[in-house]
Amino acid sequence: MKKTFKGLYLALIVFFLYLPIFTLMVLSFNEGKTMNAWVGFSLKWYEEMFNNRQIMEALGNTFTIAFWSATIATIVGTIACIGINAMGEKKKSIIMGLNNIPLLNADIVIGISLMLTFLMFGISLNYGTVLFSHITFCLPYVILSVMPKFKQLQNLTYEAALDLGATPVYAFFKVVLPDIMPGIISGFLLAFTMSVDDFVITHFTRGAGINTISTLIYSQVKVGIRPTLYALSTVIFVIVLVVLIAINIMSNKKKEKNI
Amino acid sequence: MNKKQLFSGPFLAFILCGTLVPLGVIAFYGLTDRSGAFTVDNILSIATPEHAEALLLSLGLALISTVICLLLAFPLGLILKDSKLGQKGFMVFIFILPMWMNFLLRTMAWQVLLEKNGVINNVLGAIGLPALEIINTPAAVVLGMVYDYLPFMILPIYNALIKIDKNVIEAAYDLGANYRQVLSKVIIPLSLPGIVSGVTMVFVPSLTTFAVSNILGGGKVNLIGNIIEQEFTTSFNWNLGAGLSLVMMIFIIISMALIEKFDRNGEGNLI
Repeated sequence: MKKTFKGLYLALIVFFLYLPIFTLMVLSFNEGKTMNAWVGFSLKWYEEMFNNRQIMEALGNTFTIAFWSATIATIVGTIACIGINAMGEKKKSIIMGLNNIPLLNADIVIGISLMLTFLMFGISLNYGTVLFSHITFCLPYVILSVMPKFKQLQNLTYEAALDLGATPVYAFFKVVLPDIMPGIISGFLLAFTMSVDDFVITHFTRGAGINTISTLIYSQVKVGIRPTLYALSTVIFVIVLVVLIAINIMSNKKKEKNI
Repeated sequence: MNKKQLFSGPFLAFILCGTLVPLGVIAFYGLTDRSGAFTVDNILSIATPEHAEALLLSLGLALISTVICLLLAFPLGLILKDSKLGQKGFMVFIFILPMWMNFLLRTMAWQVLLEKNGVINNVLGAIGLPALEIINTPAAVVLGMVYDYLPFMILPIYNALIKIDKNVIEAAYDLGANYRQVLSKVIIPLSLPGIVSGVTMVFVPSLTTFAVSNILGGGKVNLIGNIIEQEFTTSFNWNLGAGLSLVMMIFIIISMALIEKFDRNGEGNLI
């Protein structure tokens, strides 16, 4: 009795979480334009989606912005961790406090404050302003992922490398980097997904001509949803599913190896 | 000074230009009028009926959504923790997966489901039940918030629950506690950091959203986020928008201070 109740509870929440996603999936294959009736199976909305220049451009923008902002944030953040690690406790805690501000602040405040700053200094809103804003809000995630790895790091191996005649740069790449790599990778992935998922900050810092998937959906939902968006939603869901399963399998394999 | 510390230079430049200066700029706009003269009118305008109503509605809906998410997520976390399924990781994955999908698409999906001639009403009509008319009401906005932010509550609560040492729970039973006592004296206090970060991660975005209320509220549910957004995109009164943002920030800080107070251990894990 108790077991069936538990199972039912899990099933209900799964139903709640997936009902909207699967509804869009089914509708994306519906030949009719409305959601009221099933007319017949068709792939025409997928064809229209891939031929829709706006959607393809927005997809391209979303992923290039995510890639560059995550890459730059990962490099700047990892290098910063070396510096922060060399600081005294007091300085360190001040910087970690500053690092927390974007994490705790509301997206709408970050977006508006960045927009006002760009305009105040005469910088017109474009791809670059969106990229800069994304780097800014991705950095804290990289710092939070990489910093703990530095704490676990044993300085002895680095010093041993130096004693054995390695240059500091060589020792960093040979000894330190492999140890902090898991933190760097998870920081990059976190930054990437945060960037892809962002709507609010992009909404305020983009110029008129730039759209990401989020801002495009927002403007289209306001005028009326077209079934091409159902197709887009299905494609994104499948991509996310495949990527996450691949990451899971890869990290599981790694764990087995380590054991 | 150690030369190594210089490596944090680029990061500090980003913090300065991307966080500290913008906060200064928004405070400057919020405390000046169009001509640049100092004024507190933008802040005080929160007291006008339109703005006060929006703020109260935002606080109310955010609170309701947070409580619903907590009530849904905590039992779920307990069930997942106790489940003896071999694929525990996979089960958790299923509940977290929607989080990775674009939240605007997920919100849009509810519009498709809830609309007057939407999917749910078609199904209800087909089996002879009365139509559900919650689109463009606060109820639809709460539904959207719960749907969008539920995974953010599930993840930290589950992470806190699985960290609890099984021996502690067994010890409580051995000492004669019943299930309710174990729950209230052992499990809930030990999972408090997870609950606190879950509550923060649901409450703040719910309080400040404008997209969910715009899509599911159809312009009829005006939250403080909508008012602020309109000042920047349609009314173009940046000073007023900035002033209201400052007020909203104060409310975020107050609510986080309140939430933190419950976190006796003081180690809410953010991610």
